[in-house]
Amino acid sequence: MYSIGIDSGSVATKGIVFDGQIIEHIIIPTGWSPKNACEEVLLTLLDKTGIKKEHAFIVATGYGRVSIDFADKTLTEITCHAKGAHFLNNDVRTILDIGGQDSKVIKLDNNGNVVDFLMNDKCAAGTGRFLQVMINLLGSDIKDIDNLTKGAVPESINSMCTVFAESEVISMLANGSSKESVASGILHSIANRIVTLASKVGIEEDIMFTGGLAQSNELTNIISNKLKKKVYTSPLSQLNGAIGAAVIGLNKYKRLKSRM
Amino acid sequence: MSISLPKAFNEFDEARQKGFIDVKELKEKGKNIVGTYCVFTPWEIILAADAIPISLCAMSDEPIPEAEKHLPRNLCPLIKSSYGFAITDTCPYFYFSDLIVGETTCDGKKKMYEYMNDIKPVHVMQLPQTTIGDDSYNLWRNEMVVLKERIEKEFNVEITDENLKQAIKARNEERRMLKKFYELGTLCPPPITGLEILKVLYGATFKTDKNEQNQTIDNMIKSVMEEYNNGVRKVSEDAPRILITGCPTGGATEKVIQIIEENGGAVVCFENCTGVKGNDTLVNEDIDPIDALTDKYLNVACSCISPNDNRIELLDRLVDEYKVDGVVDIVLQACHTYNVETYRIKKFLNENKNIPYMSIETDYSKSDIGQLQTRISAFIEML
Repeated sequence: MYSIGIDSGSVATKGIVFDGQIIEHIIIPTGWSPKNACEEVLLTLLDKTGIKKEHAFIVATGYGRVSIDFADKTLTEITCHAKGAHFLNNDVRTILDIGGQDSKVIKLDNNGNVVDFLMNDKCAAGTGRFLQVMINLLGSDIKDIDNLTKGAVPESINSMCTVFAESEVISMLANGSSKESVASGILHSIANRIVTLASKVGIEEDIMFTGGLAQSNELTNIISNKLKKKVYTSPLSQLNGAIGAAVIGLNKYKRLKSRM
Repeated sequence: MSISLPKAFNEFDEARQKGFIDVKELKEKGKNIVGTYCVFTPWEIILAADAIPISLCAMSDEPIPEAEKHLPRNLCPLIKSSYGFAITDTCPYFYFSDLIVGETTCDGKKKMYEYMNDIKPVHVMQLPQTTIGDDSYNLWRNEMVVLKERIEKEFNVEITDENLKQAIKARNEERRMLKKFYELGTLCPPPITGLEILKVLYGATFKTDKNEQNQTIDNMIKSVMEEYNNGVRKVSEDAPRILITGCPTGGATEKVIQIIEENGGAVVCFENCTGVKGNDTLVNEDIDPIDALTDKYLNVACSCISPNDNRIELLDRLVDEYKVDGVVDIVLQACHTYNVETYRIKKFLNENKNIPYMSIETDYSKSDIGQLQTRISAFIEML
């Protein structure tokens, strides 16, 4: 029995093959066509594992899930993130997720079911997209964010709106602020946003930070300092949504089989 | 003969468009028309003057750009839409209204009425901010009398107690019928979808012939129940049962109901002013009519009243009566009182009723459809 979870986000499309354990995984850029990216992820996973498509139950999530016509089931990334985090660490009760175009805080019960959640409404403030725009402005790469900001004294970025923050950053640089302190200020601004969201939902331990930005140790530390609580991350956190989708898929598959 | 359902439902859906002709004919017959915006308006006083009370258009995105030439962009869409319809002559009811009656329910509306008064005569009722104390009661009672006098003067009629009592009876009859209809939602599974309930409730606010309306609804209930008793099921028994609360819904905010039902939820109850809020309690037919109206219209469970314990009591009861699995609070952008109240409502539902709750802040545009899809489907997956 196999399940395949595919999480098609705005930046990357992730997929895993699962039979209770993660057998294979892949992360590719989504590019302009989520449909193509999802097909490529599926074919690569099938190819690498030698599993036939008919023998796997496929669950799709992420904003690109609507373009996946081969999925047996689609679910929102909120439900999948909850199950994924629960699989990675079943002590997790609060998830902070900063994705490419949205950020969310999810509260779960001890079975990994969603109890409550909040998601940013409408705009890109505090999301991965926000960071990307700012980092491009500084002529840096998002991968170097930790090196760039280590030990820097953060400037205070006041604007929440991505477009206004861009103007603010340009003015700061014109006034002689260093690239490092501006970059650090940007991370603080993102952290403030998710911490405010979290305080509305109410934080319960353990806390896990997921999504692409969770790869930044600096950002993780800033969030942890602001919450005054330990924040757990996983090297597999970018795959979290796909893992959750696959976990749900396998359970569903087992239930369907047992009824036959 | 049973009325075919889609046709009857559509009739209500089309009420706003069809109303243009209805209202024109009524004018030609010499009837006076009074346009209203809010559940606080005592329609009985208007009816008692043999005038026609009607809800004005307020729930579409179309006239908002025009309204924003005068009003701030960051204002409630309902106010912008109301004003936009007024200045663009695109609402037949506004066009044919002889008088507009408004209330000081919120800051945005009361200031908007000042501008609106330049286009049409507007009578604004000064609503107290609380239900507590004799001063509030007396103030609101006096406002009833002032409205009565204004209408008498405006239309050159005399409104007797007998007229008022008759109007109260007629309105109660209409409320009983609407109530009987929306209470179909208490059935498990409900015999009709939430969107259908909303179309009838919203459409009824644009109907001028209330006898015909009562008859249509009565027939509709009968044919719905006939099919239901014959085993027809439109809504799955497993669908999570959702109660809608918050700002007025209808028109452009139908999008929220649509997304809920497309994602497997069933809206079974509308607590807001389009639904239960205005129709739940009747007007006492046995006491002085002005006292009876004061009492009824002071106790609307609206967030503009402080404190608003009535809303908590109403929700408490409805959650049980409708066997609700989750509550969705629809807050229109820049509606401060409902938006602030979300914290209290969430706390009450989560802690006292153990019911999941989500608040949605939206406007009449389609710009947040993608976000709403994700948030609402995640909420339903959670139930």
